[in-house]
Amino acid sequence: MKLRYGALSYLPDLTDDEIGAQVRYALAKGWPVSIEYTDDPHPRNIYWELWGLPMFDLDEPDGVLAEINACRSTFPQRYIRVLAYDASLGRQTTAMHFLVHRPTDEPGFQLIRTEGADRRQTYGVASYATGAPAGRRYGAS
Amino acid sequence: MARASDWSNGHNVTDSGSGSSNFGLDRPTSASSSAEPAEEEAEVLAEGAVLDLTADETRLKVEAALATLDNELIGLAPVKQRVREIAALLLVDRARQQFGLTSSRPTLHMSFTGGPGTGKTTVALRMAEILHVMGYIRTAKVHTVTRDDLVGQFIGHTAPKTKEAIARAAGGILFIDEAYYLFRPENERDYGQEVIEILLQEMENERASMVVIFAGYPDRMDTFFSANPGLSSRVPHHIAFDDYSHDELSHIAELMVAGENFRFDDEGRDAFDEYLALRMELPRFSNARSVRNAVERCRLRQARRLVELRRPLDKSDLITLTATDVRGSSLFDDAVPQPPEDSDGSRSDNGD
Amino acid sequence: MTEISTKDRWDPGVQSYAGMGYWAPDYEPKETDILAVFRVSPQDGVDPIEAAAAVAGESSTATWTVVWTDRLTANSHYQAKAYRVDQVPGRPGEYFAYIAYDIDLFEEASIVNLTSSIIGNVFGFKPLKALRLEDMRIPVAYVKTFQGPPHGIVMEREYLNKYGRPLLGATIKPKLGLSARNYGRVIYEANRGGLDFTKDDENINSQPFMRWRDRFLFGMEGVNKAMAETGEIKGHYLNITAATMEEMYERAEFAKEIGSVVVMIDLTIGYTAMQSMSHWARKNGMLLHLHRAGHSTYTRQKTHGVSFRVLAKWCRLIGVDHIHAGTVVGKLEGDPATTRGFYDTLREDHIETNPGNGIFFDQDWASMPGVMPVASGGIHAGQMHQLLDLFGDDVVLQFGGGTIGHPMGIAAGAESNRVALEAVVKARNEGRDVLKEGPAILRKAADTCKPLDVALATWGDVTFDYASTDAPDAVPTATA
Repeated sequence: MKLRYGALSYLPDLTDDEIGAQVRYALAKGWPVSIEYTDDPHPRNIYWELWGLPMFDLDEPDGVLAEINACRSTFPQRYIRVLAYDASLGRQTTAMHFLVHRPTDEPGFQLIRTEGADRRQTYGVASYATGAPAGRRYGAS
Repeated sequence: MARASDWSNGHNVTDSGSGSSNFGLDRPTSASSSAEPAEEEAEVLAEGAVLDLTADETRLKVEAALATLDNELIGLAPVKQRVREIAALLLVDRARQQFGLTSSRPTLHMSFTGGPGTGKTTVALRMAEILHVMGYIRTAKVHTVTRDDLVGQFIGHTAPKTKEAIARAAGGILFIDEAYYLFRPENERDYGQEVIEILLQEMENERASMVVIFAGYPDRMDTFFSANPGLSSRVPHHIAFDDYSHDELSHIAELMVAGENFRFDDEGRDAFDEYLALRMELPRFSNARSVRNAVERCRLRQARRLVELRRPLDKSDLITLTATDVRGSSLFDDAVPQPPEDSDGSRSDNGD
Repeated sequence: MTEISTKDRWDPGVQSYAGMGYWAPDYEPKETDILAVFRVSPQDGVDPIEAAAAVAGESSTATWTVVWTDRLTANSHYQAKAYRVDQVPGRPGEYFAYIAYDIDLFEEASIVNLTSSIIGNVFGFKPLKALRLEDMRIPVAYVKTFQGPPHGIVMEREYLNKYGRPLLGATIKPKLGLSARNYGRVIYEANRGGLDFTKDDENINSQPFMRWRDRFLFGMEGVNKAMAETGEIKGHYLNITAATMEEMYERAEFAKEIGSVVVMIDLTIGYTAMQSMSHWARKNGMLLHLHRAGHSTYTRQKTHGVSFRVLAKWCRLIGVDHIHAGTVVGKLEGDPATTRGFYDTLREDHIETNPGNGIFFDQDWASMPGVMPVASGGIHAGQMHQLLDLFGDDVVLQFGGGTIGHPMGIAAGAESNRVALEAVVKARNEGRDVLKEGPAILRKAADTCKPLDVALATWGDVTFDYASTDAPDAVPTATA
């Protein structure tokens, strides 16, 4: 299963050059960029773990790429994403996000059905990976 | 021409389409799609080809930058000579690359040694332009730092600070002023060594996009480099910035004064020359910077004088700096002259 | 027009509207006034100023003859004032009449009252051949009385956890006739293929061939399966339009109970019902999609009716999260400049007067959240670059036929649209000129995505090119 997440996940996984180009676009717009990782890819998991603080006042993406690579080597079996923040009046929210790394094996989600009154079911979506405790979900580390 | 290297190895992961969205059809993987032209394929010239450097467009742009340098800075003949030499070296290196004779990026890190106010920052900016025009750095930006921007106050604080400075200088020049303060061997709890290690890593990285310029007083820089041989082996270009001569400083003063739409009258000019001669002998003389501060103080005295004249003023009054405006300096009074406090409160013993 | 003296003003009988004070050329509109501009086409022989004054009168306090009871009121405060009349460039016999209404004329936070007041009476007036409400300026004082969109663009994105690209949807086709189970199949396929939303059509309410409750249940089955398949939040606009408010609340509550993120209403339910549902949607954390059903009956013709830009303003005040606003390049009416005006009106916080886009007044929304415009109707993946260039990121692009009509199936259709969109977004971020290079970008993306390849082959040449019936009267216009 290929997790779909962010603005570019239906395209072939981005090369580092392509990641740099996207980051440069965000920096040129004055959006600070942040890197986050997780092993819980549930669609409603909003808060992934922070890899350092957002990086402000940059205009070239090298620093960000260096951090992404550091995150990749520390957590090779996590999902890693890049977020850009727009602080301007009327927005003050995330401007863009996209995946930059996936675990090698993505088992996907289970649809949990809880039957109820008449034909109603309550649906739950659970990641197979979260069957295991944090840190042991996608193979070693 | 080989581009300044971009970010590391290509990370071409093939799109492993999951079974559910394959629709039972073969889907070509991303590897077979035409590769992104991340680096232009360098065409190697044929054996018998010739290159005309005089007509090279890049060379013309470099010439323009060098010409700006000539106009901007008085004197500094040896510096300008060195900059020209480095520019020529890089032009020829480019030519060699086009023949396929070399493929690695030349080492560009430099050290600028000299006293304060001798033009080191200005030359760094011109150098950034030249390197950018030749494609060795991505942007003609100089990010200036001192020890305080790199070293942290506690354990674990240094690495992020240094990495941030490197990130801000990415694709351009990192100009480290008074670099020797990074090295304090007498204090074992000093974190400056960590900075040096991180810098070394960055400078040794073949694919790094940043050029480092270390700057400071000559003798102290010498000590710094001999104590850190790893660094000095990575810094092939050394440019020495001599102190300006009296005549050069006088000329600089003229230019500064004209730039602000003032002029010395004849007695004023003589008085300023005298002032200069006296000041240069005293400690904490910062060359061009001290001249600028002195000119500022002359303006202040002129303003006070004009107001106290209590008569209508014409344009000539407003433009002219007289001997009185110069000789108001305490330098002329004291039995043992002291270096003046600068009107902007800056200490003139800071590195340039 | 000379002002009639007070003694004559109140004599019984018919007076000219202009004479009764409805024409006030020296009037300075107040910050708190509601302003309107009408396109007035007087009958032959009717003076344009008198016509403008008549519109002002008949949309505020006047009647066709003098009444003494007027004198029990502060009549000059309540009467609307026509303060400016301009000839429409290039169209003889038509005039733009600017009219100011005091804020005291209107109930706070009530669109139904605003509309009843301004358009409730005057459009059938005999001395006018035709009348169109072109634009309105809602003062901040009045804006602030309204709830506004239940969520707004920023909150919707945070809710769905989707940033940095337009959203994608598709209306289920055929419009009518599918059974509930088959309907759910389409919802499942389209959502799992890569769209963010699917949509009930405006006339799907609760018919003999499919009752609403069954549709809702099968729909959510499809939505949840698709969410598990992809890992993204999905939604289907469940149409809760019904004959009575009670029914509507019942359907809305059920949609909430079964976990939908979004519900949908049709414009035909009326402003009162829309405002009720808007309040319900905010209270219950549900996105509210508005289908502008029926609007073209009165928004399309240049000479008579209400311009969609006014309707858009009313809908932003009422509070909806989505509203259909035109595609420019699709099968339905939409001149580019006018449509640009609509999108700005819905999304921006402050819109400057711009006759080229049909914007007649500065409008300040005082931080009221924006409405996500929806572009729906006859668009396909081959136009993705044009759509992104026209509308930017904050839009929902809906490809009903373009998804469901795909030769390889619905999920393939959805995927082709999603891949086309992401490829164009990525290229735009990289600094490429997507308008010029669009076809090449799509072609290249099609190399690694067979569904897109097939989509471009199937629909690549389809365009809808007719002269627009409603372009702004300031500059020459072009469609697509």
